[in-house]
Amino acid sequence: MRATIIRGRCHSWQRRHALGRFARGHASCCLHPAVVPFAQRGARSSDATVDVAPEFAPASGTERTCPACLAVHDAAVLRAALLVCPACGHHLRLTARERLALLVDAGSFVEWDAGVGSTDPLGFVDEIPYPARLGLARAKTGERDAVVSGAARLHGRPLAIATFDFGFMGGSMGSAAGERLCRLFGRARGRRLPVVVVTASGGARMQEGTLALVQMAKATVAIERFRRERLPYVAVLADPTTGGVSASVAMLGDVILAEPGAQIGFAGPRVIEQTIRAPLPAGFQRAERLLERGLVDDVVPRAALRDRLAALLAALGGGEPGR
Amino acid sequence: MTLNGSAARSVPLRAPAAEATAWERVRRARDAARPRASDYLAESFTDFIELHGDRAYRDDPAIRAGVARLAGRPVVVVAQERGRDHDDQVRRSFGMAFPEGYRKAERLMRLAEHFGLPVVTLVDTPGAHPGLGAEERGQAGAIARTLACMATLRVPTVAVVIGQGGSGGALALALTDRVLMLEHAFYGVISPEGCASILWRSSARAPEAAAALRLTAPELRAQGIVDEVIPEPRCGIARAPAEAAARVRRALDRTLRSLERLDAAELLARRAARYTALGAFAVVDAGGEEAP
Repeated sequence: MRATIIRGRCHSWQRRHALGRFARGHASCCLHPAVVPFAQRGARSSDATVDVAPEFAPASGTERTCPACLAVHDAAVLRAALLVCPACGHHLRLTARERLALLVDAGSFVEWDAGVGSTDPLGFVDEIPYPARLGLARAKTGERDAVVSGAARLHGRPLAIATFDFGFMGGSMGSAAGERLCRLFGRARGRRLPVVVVTASGGARMQEGTLALVQMAKATVAIERFRRERLPYVAVLADPTTGGVSASVAMLGDVILAEPGAQIGFAGPRVIEQTIRAPLPAGFQRAERLLERGLVDDVVPRAALRDRLAALLAALGGGEPGR
Repeated sequence: MTLNGSAARSVPLRAPAAEATAWERVRRARDAARPRASDYLAESFTDFIELHGDRAYRDDPAIRAGVARLAGRPVVVVAQERGRDHDDQVRRSFGMAFPEGYRKAERLMRLAEHFGLPVVTLVDTPGAHPGLGAEERGQAGAIARTLACMATLRVPTVAVVIGQGGSGGALALALTDRVLMLEHAFYGVISPEGCASILWRSSARAPEAAAALRLTAPELRAQGIVDEVIPEPRCGIARAPAEAAARVRRALDRTLRSLERLDAAELLARRAARYTALGAFAVVDAGGEEAP
C-alpha cells in the first residue's frame, strides 16, 4: 500500500489533521474529548490504533472522502446524495452555486450584481496584500466575493435568494457581501418577492476592518426595511455560521432553519475554550443543540430542505406562483 | 467625577498628541484610569434612574440603562460598564454583555420609542461575552435583534464610543443616527491581539495589527463610520474627567438638537441612507442583471 496521509477533522475546531495524530491520542488541536472518537467514527473502538485499510486510500479524481467518517465515496454517488455522506449522514459543505443548484428550479436562477467586488479600503496586508488574497479566492472559487445573489423560482414560485460561499475567505462578509445583500433585500422589496438567504460564514472580514463590521448594520437596515413590507424572509444556517453574519443576517429570519450538524454561534469555539479554559461539551454550538435551546425553528435535512422552503414560503405569502 | 485610584498604577502614557499611534490609542482606551460609563452617567447626565433586567432571565451588570436628563431633556441611556475595581469588573464581566444585557438594551430602547424619548448609548466593551452560557442563551440572536431594534426606532439615536469599541458587541449599541467618538477611543472588527494572532500567530504583534485595522477615531471619521470626534482634554482624560464629561454632554446636546427637528419618517430614511452608503466596493460589468 502506498504511503498515505489520511486526514480527520477536529469536531470542535473544524481543523483537519493527519489521522495518525488522533490515533496516537495526540489531540494537537484543542484537547477536545470528541476529537478521537469523531475521527475514528466507523472504526470499531476509540482504542489507540486505527487500521488504515487499503480502501481508505486517498480519493483521486472521481472519489471524495467524507471529512467526518472518512468513508470514501464515488463523487457521482455523493453528488446524487446531495453531498450528504451515505455512510454517516454528515452534511458536507456546499459552494454557493452547489447550494443554488440544490434549492431552486433548474435553469431559473438569474444572478444579480455579479460585478460587485470589494476594494481594499485599508491597504491591508496580512501575509500577502488583500487584493492578492481576493485574487486567490476568486481564482479558487470562480466567484467575485463570498455572497452570490439573484432571482430564481422554487416550485415555480419566484423568490430572491442569496447563498454564502464558505470557500471564499471563509464566507467572510465585507463590503461586497454587504452591498449584495442590501441590494437583494431592496430589490425583493420592490418586486414583492420573498427572500431566502443560506449562510455559511466565519463572520466579518478582518481585512476590511471596521467597514466590514458595519456591514452587519447595513444588512440589518436592509432586512428591516424589507420586513416592513410584510414579505417573508427565511434564513437557512449552514455549516458554519458564526460571528457577525450569525449576529445579523442569519438570526433575523422570520423563520430560521438549520442544516443538521451545522456549527452555529457567535464566538468561535477556540475563543470560548480560551475563555472558559476547558474543552467544550459535545454538541455545543451544533444545530441540534440550538433547536433544543429554542434558538432556531427547525433542523432540516438537506434532502427535505427544498420542499420545506417551498411550503413555508407558500404559507407565509409573497411571490405569486407561476408569474 | 470620581477617579478610581488606579491612575498611579496605570501604564505611563505620553501626553495626548495628534500623532498618537493606533496602539497608544488602544492602550489609552483600555487604561484603568480612563473614565467609565458610570462616570459619564453621573457627570454628563443628571437625574439618572437605573432600570434593571431583561424581564426574562436576569439583570446583566455589564450594561447599565435607565432614564436620565441630558441638558434638561429626558432621554433613555444605555451604557456598557466595564467596572471600577477588580470585584466590580468581575461582576460586570469587564463590560462584556450577555444576551440578557442586549435584551435589556432592546427593552429600554423600545421604552424610549414608546414615550418619544431620544436614545443615547455609551459604547465601551472588549466585545460581547464569549462563553457557554452566552452562546446557549442566544448571543448572536440577541445582538441581531438589538441591531434590528435600532434600525427601526422612531426616535433620535446617538452613540458615543467612550473607550473600547469591541466588534459586534460594540456595534450592537451603535446602529444609531449619529456615532460620536472620543479622540482616543477605538472601534474595530476584531481586537488587535486577535487580529495579530490570526495573521502572524503572535499577539505580541498587536501594535502592528492596531495600525493595520484603521480603528482610531480620526481614521473612522475618514471612513464615514464616525460622524464626530470629541477631543479629549490635553492633560489626559484621566486627569480631567469632569471636562471630558462636559465635552460629551455638549456634543450630545448639539447632536440631539439637530436630530430632534426631524420627524420619525425622516429619521428612519436618513438612518437607512447612512448605513446603506457604508462600504468600499467596485462594480465591474460581469454580465447578469444589474439594473434595479
